[in-house]
Amino acid sequence: MEITLTDWQLLLVKLAVILAVVPALTLVAGYAEHKVMAHLQHRLGPMYPGGFHGWAILLADGLKFIYKEDIIPAAADKRVFKLAPIAIFIPAVMVYLVIPLDRTLIVEDLDVGVFYLLAISSVSTIGVLMAGWSSANKYALIGALRAGAQLIAYELPIVLSAAVIVMLAGTMSLVGIVEAQPWPFILWPPGIGLVAFLVFMGSGIAELTRPPFDMPVAESEIITGAFTEYSGMRFIFGFFFAEVANMVAFAAIGATLFLGGFNPIVPWSPLDAIPGFVWFVLKASFLLFLFLWVRPTFPRLREDQLQKFAWKVLIPVSLFLVLAAGAWVLYAPEALQP
Amino acid sequence: MTVDSRDELKNPQEVIDELARGSLQTEQMLLNVGPQHPATHGVFRLLATIDGEVLVDAEPVIGYMHRGYEKLVEARDYRQITNLVSRMDWLSNIQNELPMWMAVEALMELEVPPRAQYMRVVMVEANRILNHLMFFASFGAELGAITPTFYAFREREDIQAAMETATGGRMHFGYMRAGGLKEDVPRGFLQAMLAAVRQVIDRMDQYYNLLVGNEIFKARTIGVGVLEPEVAYNYGVSGPIARGSNINFDVRKDEPYLVYDQFDFDVPMGTSGDCFDRFWVLLHEVYESARIIEQAIEGMPSGPILGKVPRVIQPPEGEVYIRTENSLGELGYYLISDGDKRPYRMKIRTPSYSNVSALPYVLKGTFVSDMIAILGSFFFVLGDIDR
Repeated sequence: MEITLTDWQLLLVKLAVILAVVPALTLVAGYAEHKVMAHLQHRLGPMYPGGFHGWAILLADGLKFIYKEDIIPAAADKRVFKLAPIAIFIPAVMVYLVIPLDRTLIVEDLDVGVFYLLAISSVSTIGVLMAGWSSANKYALIGALRAGAQLIAYELPIVLSAAVIVMLAGTMSLVGIVEAQPWPFILWPPGIGLVAFLVFMGSGIAELTRPPFDMPVAESEIITGAFTEYSGMRFIFGFFFAEVANMVAFAAIGATLFLGGFNPIVPWSPLDAIPGFVWFVLKASFLLFLFLWVRPTFPRLREDQLQKFAWKVLIPVSLFLVLAAGAWVLYAPEALQP
Repeated sequence: MTVDSRDELKNPQEVIDELARGSLQTEQMLLNVGPQHPATHGVFRLLATIDGEVLVDAEPVIGYMHRGYEKLVEARDYRQITNLVSRMDWLSNIQNELPMWMAVEALMELEVPPRAQYMRVVMVEANRILNHLMFFASFGAELGAITPTFYAFREREDIQAAMETATGGRMHFGYMRAGGLKEDVPRGFLQAMLAAVRQVIDRMDQYYNLLVGNEIFKARTIGVGVLEPEVAYNYGVSGPIARGSNINFDVRKDEPYLVYDQFDFDVPMGTSGDCFDRFWVLLHEVYESARIIEQAIEGMPSGPILGKVPRVIQPPEGEVYIRTENSLGELGYYLISDGDKRPYRMKIRTPSYSNVSALPYVLKGTFVSDMIAILGSFFFVLGDIDR
């Protein structure tokens, strides 16, 4: 018996899969964060929940948060306060719609995939601003404004470094971009791809508000920034869940744009035996590990130093990269083009 | 700030016009840092007036942990007081006990046998290392580096384990007595202590490069929170913070007590008085403490650990002021005895109290992020401020 699905049914199935996969991914990445950090700090990390090396720690954590009281401050703007975690959570999931796990393993291969990714991933900052403003808490307000300023500063290098890739690939479709990299962009064209990758990952860390760019949630300065007044489920969906989901998404985007996504890392025919899905997971996990590695390694920058770093270093560098990529596309001999 | 003030918001176009004219009126905000705040490690409160991210004014409010020790000691005999004062600065416990007994010994004219003196030096310096490692951990954490905490606690563990074998305590040791120590150390203690200290020094080099060599760390601390020497003098700042400001004052050198004059050690000095220098001095004091411990253990005399002490500790009428170099600065006890088993009055001069009084001066005009770095670099213990 053959099952035929209409486009709409297929789309619904894919959406259901995404809704199941994203939380699972988040749990895995969150567990990885616990363990990687622990081992970098001479600790074991969680060992008991679930029996084997504490694999169920985040399930236990989640249950704990469900049981916690949902506190809304009396002075809060209640509707906005309740809406903010949702406004942060939904974009974090929607990013996954266009990420190609394999040539056909994708919900929707949009023609403007890169544009969609960058647009959606910055929407959640509106949620952070909502949370900060509605909490009626000064720390929350400072945190939200820091997050807003940080987004403006670091969105530019991200967009510009992604533009470099779009120029090199000649398309905005993510599948198209992957297919344009028999050699991943990080290796070829020499230099341009690597620097664009570094700019993208650095700005990505800032966009995710992870250390060393975590001023919007800096615990020792402004408690948890915009989420100071949140508790229970709202806290984990708005804060923890969205952060980890966004981090995984950034690792996946980085793997797609710079490491050749589901293609083998170098065009060597024996490597084709490994399915594209596995390549993608390997590359994304590597980038995820980089994110996790940075966190216990560096102290935090100051707010003005962060802004200077964006406007005086990253943005000029990425503007120059755009020029270089344009020159490469126009003038490099045909044989060198991917 | 309430959200109800929405009605008073200006028309966005007006704000843009005002910005263009450079005449936009902004308001200062009173930010209440603490008493419950992750960076104050304790119930320390700071009333900060901020203009955006800049601190216009800062006023420390202390007293949330006041336990009335100076009054409590008047109703207790000296054996009880030793455990009470140990809880003032909970990171320098055994160092708090020492000057109190030194004051009693001075009034009663008791002889302390040389072995006890040397052992006191070992204990006090080990405690200093414990304290400094703790601040190494917390200063990193305040700057967003979470890893030093775990390294520091691993090192503390070995020293604490050694001290536990001798004193039975890991935090509040209660080891000092009038005329000496409670009892002699167990066999193997000196070797264990020496091994632990040497390991700390070995690893300190790594930590030093990891944290102090980090570019972000330097950017956050160099030139931040400068405390000029004159200001430090006027506020009575002492300890690593004063030495960070290039004030050469260390009670161990200037008025040697115990047997400090027999040891060869340096007093690390900063030059500019910024956060970096204060932290630098703190870290280098660990090396110096380790040197003192090594020399004390090498030259450890044998003999009794407790001198000839009357059955009842009852200092004669009189008064005395004894000061020692605590981990965080000068700790002084002004003891007045009326010949009773209990002190008539015991005024305690704690280092953190005086050090923190210089905070408003340093904090003015800094950023909110710097405020945390400065608070961290002032190395205060709340129990030591409030007693």
